[in-house]
Amino acid sequence: MPYFGSEETVKELKRALSNPNVHADRLRYKNYISKVIRMKDLDSWAQSEVLTFLLRYRPRSDDQLFDILSLLDSFLQSAHAHVTVATLRLFLQLASAHPAVQADALLRTSAPLLATCGAASRELRFAGLCHVQQVMRSQPGLFGTHYKRFFCGYSEPTYIKFRKMEILVELVNDENVSLVLEELRSYCTDVSPELAQAAIAAIGRIARTYSEKCLDILTGLLALKQDHITSAVIQTFRDLVWFCPQSTAAVCQTVEACVDSPQDSEGKQALLWLLGEHGDQISSAPYVMEGYIDGLKTELSSAVKMELLTASVKMFLCRPAETQDMLGRLLHYCIEEESDVCVRDRALLCYRLLQRGVEETRKVVTGPKSDPSMSVLTGRQEEPISQWTATFNTLGPLSGRDLCPQTAVISAADQPSSSAEKELLPDEEISLSLGSPLSHETFEKMWLDLEILHRQTLGSPRPRTAPDTLQAALQLVKIQTLAFTPGDTVPWKAYIYTRSTGTLILAELLQGDQQAPGSDESLVVSVKQQPVNQHAIRGFVSILKSVLQTLNVDSS
Amino acid sequence: MISQIFILSTKGDHLIYKDFRGEESKDSINGFYEMVTALSGDQPPVVMSYKGLHFIHARQGGLYWVASTKTNPSPFTIIEFLNRLAALTKDYCGSLSEKSVRMNFALIYELLDEMVDFGYIQTTSTDILKNFIQTEAVSSKPFSLFDLSNVGLFGAETQQSKVAPSVAASRPIMSSRGEQGGKNEIFVDVIERLSVVIGSKGVLMKADIQGEIRIKCFLPTCSEMRIGLNEELSIGKSQLKGYSSAVRVDECRFHQAVKLDEFDTFRILKVCPSQGEQTVMQYQLCDELPCAPPFQLFPSVEKDYVNRVLIFLKLRCDLPPKSTALNVSITVPVPKGSTSMSQELSSPDQTAELQPKNKALLWEIPRFPGGAQLSALFKVDVPGLSSASLLEVGPVSMSFELPKQTCTGLQIRFLRLSPTQTGLSQRWVRYVTHSDSYTIRI
Repeated sequence: MPYFGSEETVKELKRALSNPNVHADRLRYKNYISKVIRMKDLDSWAQSEVLTFLLRYRPRSDDQLFDILSLLDSFLQSAHAHVTVATLRLFLQLASAHPAVQADALLRTSAPLLATCGAASRELRFAGLCHVQQVMRSQPGLFGTHYKRFFCGYSEPTYIKFRKMEILVELVNDENVSLVLEELRSYCTDVSPELAQAAIAAIGRIARTYSEKCLDILTGLLALKQDHITSAVIQTFRDLVWFCPQSTAAVCQTVEACVDSPQDSEGKQALLWLLGEHGDQISSAPYVMEGYIDGLKTELSSAVKMELLTASVKMFLCRPAETQDMLGRLLHYCIEEESDVCVRDRALLCYRLLQRGVEETRKVVTGPKSDPSMSVLTGRQEEPISQWTATFNTLGPLSGRDLCPQTAVISAADQPSSSAEKELLPDEEISLSLGSPLSHETFEKMWLDLEILHRQTLGSPRPRTAPDTLQAALQLVKIQTLAFTPGDTVPWKAYIYTRSTGTLILAELLQGDQQAPGSDESLVVSVKQQPVNQHAIRGFVSILKSVLQTLNVDSS
Repeated sequence: MISQIFILSTKGDHLIYKDFRGEESKDSINGFYEMVTALSGDQPPVVMSYKGLHFIHARQGGLYWVASTKTNPSPFTIIEFLNRLAALTKDYCGSLSEKSVRMNFALIYELLDEMVDFGYIQTTSTDILKNFIQTEAVSSKPFSLFDLSNVGLFGAETQQSKVAPSVAASRPIMSSRGEQGGKNEIFVDVIERLSVVIGSKGVLMKADIQGEIRIKCFLPTCSEMRIGLNEELSIGKSQLKGYSSAVRVDECRFHQAVKLDEFDTFRILKVCPSQGEQTVMQYQLCDELPCAPPFQLFPSVEKDYVNRVLIFLKLRCDLPPKSTALNVSITVPVPKGSTSMSQELSSPDQTAELQPKNKALLWEIPRFPGGAQLSALFKVDVPGLSSASLLEVGPVSMSFELPKQTCTGLQIRFLRLSPTQTGLSQRWVRYVTHSDSYTIRI
């Protein structure tokens, strides 16, 4: 990686980031993490790589946590959006036990996030909007004053406009509701029918809290007599009545005055449902329904026919006199002449129910008139931040469904030692212990008896320190040195041993031997163990590596 | 990280393909193209998934710039990288189009080689890259100072008040190994995007200005440049406003390489520009428009006879008298089912046409002098007109370009290069305001 700055930084980064055992020791933490976080020397791509790597680290204590956070503080306001968002994600994840810190981080990055929502590049704008949506799941009030930024621009592509409308719906509060509604109203007459329908649906969602204003707007839209608008408005009314029963009376009045019927099947179904469910409040309901029944032969959609059946039966229960005749005709047609099996079966079901009597039918057909889960109008539930931190700053929010959650762990192809890493999480680290010292004879005997279980090139040469320093350093990590050859002999050898989780590990460090491949430049370790535990060997080797690297750094 | 990068034209031609990790085969390109063309208008195309591979793409210069990945990286990183790749291609090739990419494919492959290593982004800085890029760019049309056919002219604040055509900035940057041909020039653009919504009674409902200062540098070696902005520039929202008409912005962001030690006191930016284009400063001003909105519309919509709508538009330009607006185009939505239109325009260079597919009428004015007022009368035939249809003559959207002025009033007082250049180097400054979205409600 020649471009990351100076050679020094490259070496240190390489070492720190390829060492999974950096977490294990406080000594290492100070050496490596602090050096890794010399990020001002790096360019922005490297910074965001480092931040992604740092997601794996779990601070051992609050002090460490705040150390790291204060070192990274300045990157929350970086000029590059990807660095800011990566830092924000790190903050949110590391400080999961400190909601005040999380809230503060979110507040400070709200301005840069908003800036990406207005960026010149559309794709960046889209990414910014999706992430603002995520943030608003936990902190809906954060962007309330900046609602004007989410008004749709004329030339924006539809997918951006859809997201902006979704955000506007969630931003609405008492102060800005009239302006937001006016803005949404102007989108309802847009050229593109999908956009108009989305805008009308958005008004419908706002209507659950601010019914009168929205109903006025929706009624006004009906007057335009445009097919797609009328259909969307009626569907919105149906949803509104379900979620917000107190608006039923107003809705029914409007539907009554609306003479034009929708042309598409979704709209027709919605209208029929409204007529059937609240037929008692709409005086002209039976006559509208009669119109549909008479036109049944030309009706193509079976969903509409089934809705018509259910609605007619419901209407019959509340207004029998007017409906009886047409219900009879409807059932006759559906049972005798209808070709679609589902419709026919539904008609037979209705017929048999009615045969058993009105009470039975009423019990089966009528249900709750509004959403039973909405007892009291509660505010939006705020989700805890931890629910979405895992997918923040990944492709998840942009694609609309959860991608394979490869959040902090880079795929196995990248890191050859990743399998070792999975087992070396700080919770399950290898602990070495000295135990009783081995005598030379015992060591020699065991060495000759056992087979070599593992041999590896360590990648770093013998430290140029005095042997005592090496011994002391190894002692610090609970590895006992049995013997080593004097400093300048070639080949240089050392014999070390340690105990871990019930096994005894013996190892030989070798450098400069003609017969051992690869040992010219770096140390080769051969490990023997009793009893066999590969997991412990791996842990041992990595601890050994880190000690040697520390010593190499300190001595160079 | 990034598994493959490819560039496709709008028709799906493979222009560039580079595989970094050998994880996927080349058929993913066809898979991507089918998916992206099959999307309906409302589905977001930016991120798509295909057989375990994720595609992230950006559209620039009419081409698809696509990165595919098997992991789940940060979308901001990939999108910014793709935008930066497009910007670098534009710098090296002069312009960004299918033709220039086709002619310079060797250069682009070389760029990709140096920029990305095994899927990890290494660097996108022109300074470092130019040491490694050997290929020369092939430009599609030879650069000539005599090409004055473009209307958009540069204005410069040098002593001689010279003017250069706008294509002067769109030539390829010279590699350091090339002959010392070409002039040492540096172009500084102050570009603002205006986003305004005016309500039905002429009340300003929303006004946002997003601005950038961009430098395009053709100097072969880096020398420090000092850019002086207005001394009275104030940043941040404050309740106190002085008596003078001070230039104000809400917030600004700077490029990493800009040194801000003299910014607080003297509003001077110090930067060593690398070759090519870079954005030195980005600023924005929200909810406030220091100057008057450039256009005011006085519409009147009536029903005339049985099936005709009369739309009378009076458009007034509130710019100072010496300035003009260029390429003004006004889009007025018309009721559904409009069949034909007749118009009365005040001058022959304006054009208007009805576009039934977009359900709108488009009125175009090439040059609109400041302080002038233009009016137009349109008679649209709509069979089956009802009174409610008049409500469909909806919000009017405008797009225009205002050369030589900035709405915030931000000016570059001076541009000084530290004198390490041999020979003369010319400095050009340009101010432009574009309309991002200018909507007037009726």
